[in-house]
Amino acid sequence: MISEREVAKTLTLIERDPLKAKEIVSKYPERDYFVVGITGSPGSGKSTMTDKLAEMFAAEKDVAIIAVDPTSAFTGGAFLGDRIRMRRSSRRKNIFIRSMASRGAVGGLSPGIYDAVEFLGRVGYDIIFVETVGVGQSETDVVNLADLVLLILAPGSGDDVQMLKAGIMEIGDIYVVNKQDLDGSQKLLANIEATLKLSGIHRDVISTNSVTGENIDNLKKLIQSHLTVLSQTEKLKKNRKDRYRFNLLNTLFSIIRTRYKKTEDLEKIISFYANKEEEDNGSKEN
Amino acid sequence: MENKIKVLVGKPGLDGHDRGAKIVAMALRDAGMEVIYTGLRQSPEEIVKAASQENVDIIGLSILSGAHLKLCERIKKLMKESDIEDIPVFVGGIIPAKDVKKLKEMGINDVFGPGVPLKEIVQKVKEAVK
Repeated sequence: MISEREVAKTLTLIERDPLKAKEIVSKYPERDYFVVGITGSPGSGKSTMTDKLAEMFAAEKDVAIIAVDPTSAFTGGAFLGDRIRMRRSSRRKNIFIRSMASRGAVGGLSPGIYDAVEFLGRVGYDIIFVETVGVGQSETDVVNLADLVLLILAPGSGDDVQMLKAGIMEIGDIYVVNKQDLDGSQKLLANIEATLKLSGIHRDVISTNSVTGENIDNLKKLIQSHLTVLSQTEKLKKNRKDRYRFNLLNTLFSIIRTRYKKTEDLEKIISFYANKEEEDNGSKEN
Repeated sequence: MENKIKVLVGKPGLDGHDRGAKIVAMALRDAGMEVIYTGLRQSPEEIVKAASQENVDIIGLSILSGAHLKLCERIKKLMKESDIEDIPVFVGGIIPAKDVKKLKEMGINDVFGPGVPLKEIVQKVKEAVK
């Protein structure tokens, strides 16, 4: 395995240039690995949960964590604070943690993350946890990246009408009701189970407390059984293929976006229509 | 495609006052940088490991406990062992004037006390990573 420092440096290159990234990744032989996505609303306990799970899996495997936090649309800056909750993992030798800023991507991930994950898998990490930004209702890109998605929910995020909306409520392979000690967690659990039953889809639902660690061992077993099933079928290979496809699509879009930014063609089109609208409004008023 | 400045803001040692560290982190964020904040009461080992894994361009340490000499000495030593001694280190906090010189001799690139304008810190960070 290449050194941890080398991994860190290479990830920076991968983040900077999506085309170079593919060249770098292709130098390492393919290898089987799992990607576990952890998503949910801000403050639902994703980082603490990731920390606990990573530590448990690290007893048997080499683990990597990529934690994504949002980039400001106004300044381009980012405050990446997921490591604060990852004290246990940050002390372990066989866990590698990397923070990434979302850099303009709107699906809850970071543009370089597809290549980053493939790279980490190829250089020897067995399980890669990807923690998305705190998501609202529609950031569902993690489905295209992860083999298994945990949706972390906490009580206090709305009534059962929220369950009916399209978006993140549809993407969990395992629904985790975290902060089970808080009022409303039982109701939330019942709501999720009822909604899933109505839609006729079978999903695992489990309630936990990521701070005290209650029921996390059962969640770990659940994840393990999902991963075992995945590795026994062709699903893992198919996921990898799909991930690569989605990666290429993303790269293509980002290249197009950068190019248009440069030539200012889009700006021209926008100001043409914006001015036209103003003129139209002006003529109506007169 | 994008060469954002990546900064690690850390608080080594045992003081629990992180207002200053958070304000500086916000100023750097608002200047368009990617700031990794690692939280309170970190050991030198944790800070150096995080800086290495994250491959940051610069490290900012906030120290109000009075243990700045010991902590910085240890961090610089660990950075050397981890082969990241080329990453510049800034220190902010309550540092007596006589210790500023000692810190700089140790290889700390700059020291900021109370009252330094945020603009100046942002500027110095940009210059240090060039």
